[in-house]
Amino acid sequence: MTVQLEAHIPSGPLAQKWGKHRFEMKLVSPANKRKHTIIVVGSGLAGGAAAATMSELGYNVKCFCFQDSPRRAHSIAAQGGINAAKNYQNDGDSIYRLFYDTLKGGDFRSREANVYRLAELSGNIIDQCVAQGVPFAREYGGLLSNRSFGGAQVSRTFYARGQTGQQLLLGAYQALERQIARGGVTMYPRTEMLDLVVIDGKARGIVVRDLVTGAIESHAGEAVVLATGGYANVFHLSTNAQGSNATAIWRAYKRGAAFANPCFTQIHPTCIPVSGEYQSKLTLMSESLRNDGRVWVSKEPGDKRDPRQIPENERDYYLERKYPSFGNLAPRDIASRAAKEVCDEGRGVGESGLGVYLDFADTIKRLGRDVIKERYGNLFEMYERITDEDPYEVPMRIYPAAHYTMGGLWVDYNLMSNVDGLHVTGEANFSDHGANRLGASALMQGLADGYFIIPNTIGHYLVSNKLEKVDASHAAFKAAEAEVAERTNRFLSIKGKRTVASFHRELGKIMWHYCGMSRNDAGLRTALKKIPELREEFWRDVNVPGSDVELNQALEKAGRVADFLELGELICLDALHRTESCGGHFREESQTADGEALRDDENFAYVAAWQYAGEGRSPVLNKEPLVFENVKLSQRSYK
Amino acid sequence: MNLTLHVWRQAGPRAPGKMVVYKAGDISPDMSFLEMLDVVNEGLTLRGEVPIAFDHDCREGICGMCSLMINGIAHGPMKGTATCQLHMRSFKDGDTIYIEPWRAGAFPVIKDLAVDRSALDRIIQAGGFITAATGGAQDANAVLVPKESVDGAMDAAACIGCGACVAACPNASASLFTAAKITHLGLLPQGQPERYRRALEMVDQMDLENFGSCTLHGECQEACPKEISIDTITRMNRDFIRGRLIGTRP
Ligand SMILES: Cc1cc2nc3c(=O)[nH]c(=O)nc-3n(C[C@H](O)[C@H](O)[C@H](O)COP(=O)(O)OP(=O)(O)OC[C@H]3O[C@@H](n4cnc5c(N)ncnc54)[C@H](O)[C@@H]3O)c2cc1C
Ligand code: FES
Repeated sequence: MTVQLEAHIPSGPLAQKWGKHRFEMKLVSPANKRKHTIIVVGSGLAGGAAAATMSELGYNVKCFCFQDSPRRAHSIAAQGGINAAKNYQNDGDSIYRLFYDTLKGGDFRSREANVYRLAELSGNIIDQCVAQGVPFAREYGGLLSNRSFGGAQVSRTFYARGQTGQQLLLGAYQALERQIARGGVTMYPRTEMLDLVVIDGKARGIVVRDLVTGAIESHAGEAVVLATGGYANVFHLSTNAQGSNATAIWRAYKRGAAFANPCFTQIHPTCIPVSGEYQSKLTLMSESLRNDGRVWVSKEPGDKRDPRQIPENERDYYLERKYPSFGNLAPRDIASRAAKEVCDEGRGVGESGLGVYLDFADTIKRLGRDVIKERYGNLFEMYERITDEDPYEVPMRIYPAAHYTMGGLWVDYNLMSNVDGLHVTGEANFSDHGANRLGASALMQGLADGYFIIPNTIGHYLVSNKLEKVDASHAAFKAAEAEVAERTNRFLSIKGKRTVASFHRELGKIMWHYCGMSRNDAGLRTALKKIPELREEFWRDVNVPGSDVELNQALEKAGRVADFLELGELICLDALHRTESCGGHFREESQTADGEALRDDENFAYVAAWQYAGEGRSPVLNKEPLVFENVKLSQRSYK
Repeated sequence: MNLTLHVWRQAGPRAPGKMVVYKAGDISPDMSFLEMLDVVNEGLTLRGEVPIAFDHDCREGICGMCSLMINGIAHGPMKGTATCQLHMRSFKDGDTIYIEPWRAGAFPVIKDLAVDRSALDRIIQAGGFITAATGGAQDANAVLVPKESVDGAMDAAACIGCGACVAACPNASASLFTAAKITHLGLLPQGQPERYRRALEMVDQMDLENFGSCTLHGECQEACPKEISIDTITRMNRDFIRGRLIGTRP
């Protein structure tokens, strides 16, 4: 049985849809707002902004995060910046151009209406953040400063040194703390959502585990918002935080929410290369570095010379050569594949041969060391701490790493999933980035969703639906609690011979190898055989020490890895079915003569939304056709 | 590298704790300190022992979740570096390393090396914000902010809220943390309306949370992974006294 995926895109011209929709949505009267409890899972940009804003409006909000403070959500790690169509630089930017760049950057696999709204709200985000005291970089005259990011030819990225995510999140966090003090938000840190509770077809609450005491508890409300971030940790090594997980959205999927485009994952071109088997994460070097750094490798395979000894004419600045109009600022999917290609040709650098140079020598010569230090000082320091090499002197070595997930739970224009009342915001949904996200647009999306969209659309849901009074003593909550407890006990009782981490590493290798930067039929079929085998071994031989009535980090990780072991399979299934290449999803069978991704609009201009069909059954594929009324689909070119 | 670790083990908030000795073998100098602990924990797990609990998340020095007193120094020996960014090349083969949780009355131990830092959130709740509800903001370029002000604000805003300043302070004061926020917001034009009220309320909350008072030892500045300057504390004291004596109207 397939589900009806109605995107609820308002009628009318593109530029008027959101305005018209806002007028047409029903409102909750101020006095009634506090009677509604809204559950927000996640305190990153998408969740923190939503929780604070809905509390400001008068709703009763409960907010959850697994870290010890909402300020530590992984949004904190975003470095480079946030886009907005302010056109402060007078370089020809506009809402339409940001819309078009984002849609094209996503290789025409997202909805026009959603992306346009995102571009439309981008300016309000900057205004809001400045009002909160976010210290964006400024010029001497006091005006805001901008930089360029990949996939754009205008300068529209706002930034706070290399710590943009941190500053934006602190803005949202401070607004959230103000609401906590006011009593509008109850915050539950060190608490992990382990199940979604659906009653009469509507999301009515969640089951959580208190990570300190181990207690399993339920929370009921009139609507649930999942803002739980991305699932790039399915690759084990990624730029995400150790705790970043798919559990919340995966549990929701198993309760009926459709999972859209799971195979659209982003491999970021500029990360510090892997140095050993023990490695627990990969560190991003912000894309903003490509404003001033030049990417190159030697023309000769196996060239082991010190990079500084390789003369200019023996270097291949391959991005500048292949994409002269965007050069080093080619979009991420393209830059990553190009790096893989030169490494596959044996021209990679560093001990493993899996790396390319990102060289600042020319810019340092042109602008001086101080300017570079001012722009990227903290990134250079971070690089040196990790690699023990000084990037002012020797070119950085970088390599692609799993970074972001465009896929996520399917949502309509109101950010509601196909399960009534279950809303999904930020990286956890699939909505705005198609098959590839442009740099500096995730922060924009998280904040647009959190500050401006969900606080409006949730009210419309609440008044349009008759919601019976339900509390956590309802049988559905008790049943879900029992399932969670049963699963926890299962983890602890296996007492096998392998650690959770060893399974995670092995899964990551399968995913990276067969479903990473390039994918093919045979490889994906191999992965689809290996993952269930690994999962079976996990449930037979994993060792989860400790008990369930205390802080037990191994137990937390076991739950997350168990879910990745299921999600990984769905990702491969989706990648196998989509025989076209688009954005970050590169199917070797579908490429142009010069090796670029070749889309198949005739057969694949749709969102693939997978629906859980029960244990041991293949998930059902639902298709939401993508209709383009304003832009003409074109072969994406950055040449 | 082969190392001897003395690690604080404490089963729960009310359980007694003690130092326990572990051997860490086959450690690569390129590992981060936390990756070294991961290796130790995998070994403990396979031997049927309970792994060491420690807080961490981003592992890139920005979330502020990692902590650890390493040989008595908050975040270990490398200046301006959080524990997750500390690499084993800072140690020598054969070293003995003492690993303990943050120690402060306001930071009760939850388990082993993990402590409860929620007092810091409550200091922010008391006034560490600019009141600007979503929706009413004017154009971002409507108010000019001198580059010097914004740079100074950014230096202070870099605080990751890890609590190393508290752990390093002989009085367990949270002054650097509190002052960093007061400085960040107080240097910006948007932060002026609430400037003195903010200082009074945050400082009062800090006292309520059982943090010690500042006697300008300067250990906080040494331990801070973001190298936030103790000058912020002078500024906090000025705003606090001004607020007390003259009133909170700017
Ligand atoms: C290193 C790095 C650099 C980046 N740089 C940029 C950039 O420069 N510009 C840009 O636009 N984007 C950037 N991105 C992407 C961007 O930061 C993220 O996509 C975005 O911040 C995600 O925000 P979010 O609110 O959706 O999720 P997150 O910030 O990840 O928040 C997730 C929240 O959900 C909570 N949570 C998760 N699971 C559970 C659960 N089961 N139970 C309870 N709580 C849960 C977490 O505790 C957390 O509070 C970067 C990403 C990374 C990793
Ligand atoms: S783990 Fe995030 S700062 Fe160390």
